Amino acid sequence: MSAANKRITIDPITRLEGHGKIEIFLNDEGDVQNAYIQIPELRGFEQFCVGRPAEEMPRITNRICGVCPEAHHMAATKALDMLYGIEPSSAVKKLRELFYMAFYCTDHTVHFYALGGPDFVLGPNAPAAERNILGVIHKVGVEVGKLVIDTRRRNHHVIQMLGGRGVHPVAGLPGGWSRAMTKDERVEVEGIARQNIEFALFSLKLFEDVVLANQEYVDLVLSDAFTHQTYYMGTVDSSNHLNFYDGLIRVVGPDGKEFVKYPASDYMNHIAERVEPWSYLKFPYLKGVGWKGLVDGPESGVYCATPLSRLNAADGLATPEAQAFFDKFYTTLGSQKVNGRYSPVHHRLATHWARLVELLYAAERMLELSQDPEITDPNVRPIVTNKPTEGIGSVEAPRGTLTHHYQTDERGILTKVNMIVGTTNNYAPIAMSVKKAAQGLIKKGTVITEGLLNTIEMAFRNYDPCMSCATHSLPGQMPLEVRIRDADGNEVERLSQYV
Amino acid sequence: MSDNGKPKLAMYWASSCGGCEISLLNIHEHILDVDAIFDIAFFPCIADFKVKDVVGYPDGYIDVCLFNGAIRTSENEEMARLLRQKSKVLVAFGSCAYEGCIPALSNLTTREATLNTVYLDNPTVDNPERIIPQTVSEMPEGDLTLPVFYHTVKSLDQVVPVDYTIPGCPPEPHQIWTVVEAVANGLLKGAPLPPPGSIVGAEKVAVCEECARERNVKHIERFYRPYEINPDPNICLLEQGLMCMGIATRGGCGALCPLVGMGCRGCYGPVEGVEDQGAKMITAIASVMDVGQAGLHDEQALEKKIDALLDTIVDPAGTFYRFSMAHSMLQRTRANGHGRNN
Repeated sequence: MSAANKRITIDPITRLEGHGKIEIFLNDEGDVQNAYIQIPELRGFEQFCVGRPAEEMPRITNRICGVCPEAHHMAATKALDMLYGIEPSSAVKKLRELFYMAFYCTDHTVHFYALGGPDFVLGPNAPAAERNILGVIHKVGVEVGKLVIDTRRRNHHVIQMLGGRGVHPVAGLPGGWSRAMTKDERVEVEGIARQNIEFALFSLKLFEDVVLANQEYVDLVLSDAFTHQTYYMGTVDSSNHLNFYDGLIRVVGPDGKEFVKYPASDYMNHIAERVEPWSYLKFPYLKGVGWKGLVDGPESGVYCATPLSRLNAADGLATPEAQAFFDKFYTTLGSQKVNGRYSPVHHRLATHWARLVELLYAAERMLELSQDPEITDPNVRPIVTNKPTEGIGSVEAPRGTLTHHYQTDERGILTKVNMIVGTTNNYAPIAMSVKKAAQGLIKKGTVITEGLLNTIEMAFRNYDPCMSCATHSLPGQMPLEVRIRDADGNEVERLSQYV
Repeated sequence: MSDNGKPKLAMYWASSCGGCEISLLNIHEHILDVDAIFDIAFFPCIADFKVKDVVGYPDGYIDVCLFNGAIRTSENEEMARLLRQKSKVLVAFGSCAYEGCIPALSNLTTREATLNTVYLDNPTVDNPERIIPQTVSEMPEGDLTLPVFYHTVKSLDQVVPVDYTIPGCPPEPHQIWTVVEAVANGLLKGAPLPPPGSIVGAEKVAVCEECARERNVKHIERFYRPYEINPDPNICLLEQGLMCMGIATRGGCGALCPLVGMGCRGCYGPVEGVEDQGAKMITAIASVMDVGQAGLHDEQALEKKIDALLDTIVDPAGTFYRFSMAHSMLQRTRANGHGRNN
């Protein structure tokens, strides 16, 4: 059997949320003809939520994802605001946002240290056994590991304090929050926010020392194999500054020009989802551009919703230190200002840096909110009497813009539910990145090495597919296995890492 | 694979959300103790091992397997069978593995309805060819396969025998650590382990027993939705007319939800000795109903009063069986001839 008609299976990919599989097909010449990433999982929330009381949705939909339950809890709670026609008081909004910033601080920390970091701190070609969080700790010192554990601990403490539970919070209500913050708690949270800022600055310094000071890594970040020109989505405030909790959804084109800006309630006019028979996950795209398949460029409706895309979609950040790093991010990566805003960065591996800039923003915003005189307002649980109709709520989940849409009967019993979830936004770009990495790495006569497998892994990792952030404090690595079969299905070669 | 005499630990997710893994990691610095005590044999979330490694292990090679997630697809079931075969002790970890959890509310609907909603009917779906994902797709380059999506969400013990169960959605970190410590002492120092079949990492009594709110055995005339009243911070939520499943739910969480003014939804499952959490809750509600004095003399007035109260329970099945549907006496609604199988 020749090299023709080979099929390469990568199964399982354990850090996609739940389960994932890649199939790479080679053509007669031995080049990559096509690559598919399949999601073999469906849990059916949109159907079984019908019949439930709408106000239970913040406590039901957080079970979509135990890694980012706070995001679903918040999108659901905001959908209830609209459903019941009740505008939350500014104190309620601030309390929710404060809670949400604590979540961002723990979530982004985990990704950088346990998942993204090892590839840079230790190097993409370091021995596989060292390329994990323990390897990171060995290299940069055990005190860093403690800082990471402490960051998770103190922010999960805030999440439980304000949301009721460390995982799967319960406090969101239409127009309100079930629990106010006391003055003593406020003092504690202010201290935690200060520690978060310190930690974020430390992390950014680490990134500069380890990645930016190393020309080899800079070349990798800037390489074509990790570059896609797509549309970028992110939520912005009235000054076009990034906001995680609230604002308008802004999409910019590959050229950086604003393509559209809309309230979350208009999402149906802008987003559609394709179905493919070979995956349980749908592919969202921009309706205003159209679906051209898994390709990039201005003619393709594929968009990206990640830390990188949020920075690209915003004109700047609303806190001072984070803004300074925002400027540094773009100027370092060679972006020019056009009409007052930086042109987008298309290098997917820069997402790791963008995530740390967001971490600093979340920490600074948390401090601002903790010092707000309204933050301890005891009146956060309004009594609601309006008739429910239809509600749409959206937040920036760490892994992308998250939208919940509910319709109910006059008793507030759900009749229709639609959700466009963080990681799902990125299904098309992830699929493209996998294909591009495979095409870039596997050519006629290529000897498939462990380094190749890790580079495919890196093509995934910058997107932070949801399940990956569960790898907090133990060795973080993605087991991969590549099996090469001939056209009859006989295995002709097998390569694996971490096996 | 090294064999240094350390007990072998596995943690696997089936149909799950990842919250069990996050809760395990929320034991914070103890995670380093777990790493020191155990050799990881399989843990797709964080470590290097693959399904083929597990296939290659001798039967019973894994000392303890923490299995979270429900059985929703053929892949979930295959993994449950494989891990049962390879594990000395199989633990149903968390509500999904124990009793189906919230996703088992799918058992109130059908597979077809779910597929139609997700792939055909949702307002953002662009699917003119009405494509539904297939277990085998013939692509130009070759076949692509997906696991079978079952009609019914099942708990782990409906597929394979389970040795212990840790309840909770997710199990609280301090409870996880208690169990891990006890298991380690059993394996390393011969300390006695709980009898097989036990529910561990939880209390035997109800959430109410660990709830700080005051109970006055007050009867209620109706239920309120959580946004209709602002409850007194010190009094039992059920007695204020807010639905709280604490009375029918196993304790162990520390009554966290009532602490922030939200009723318990039952994630730790039924109290010790109770088979069906929903039935237990229905009995409990009967006991707090205010039937007044009228019923003693006037059956019609009594019926009216009871109906009025029941009308304020807006989603009985989805509330009383929020977490326990798969493992309840109901298991699922009957639909299109699909009973309890798959």
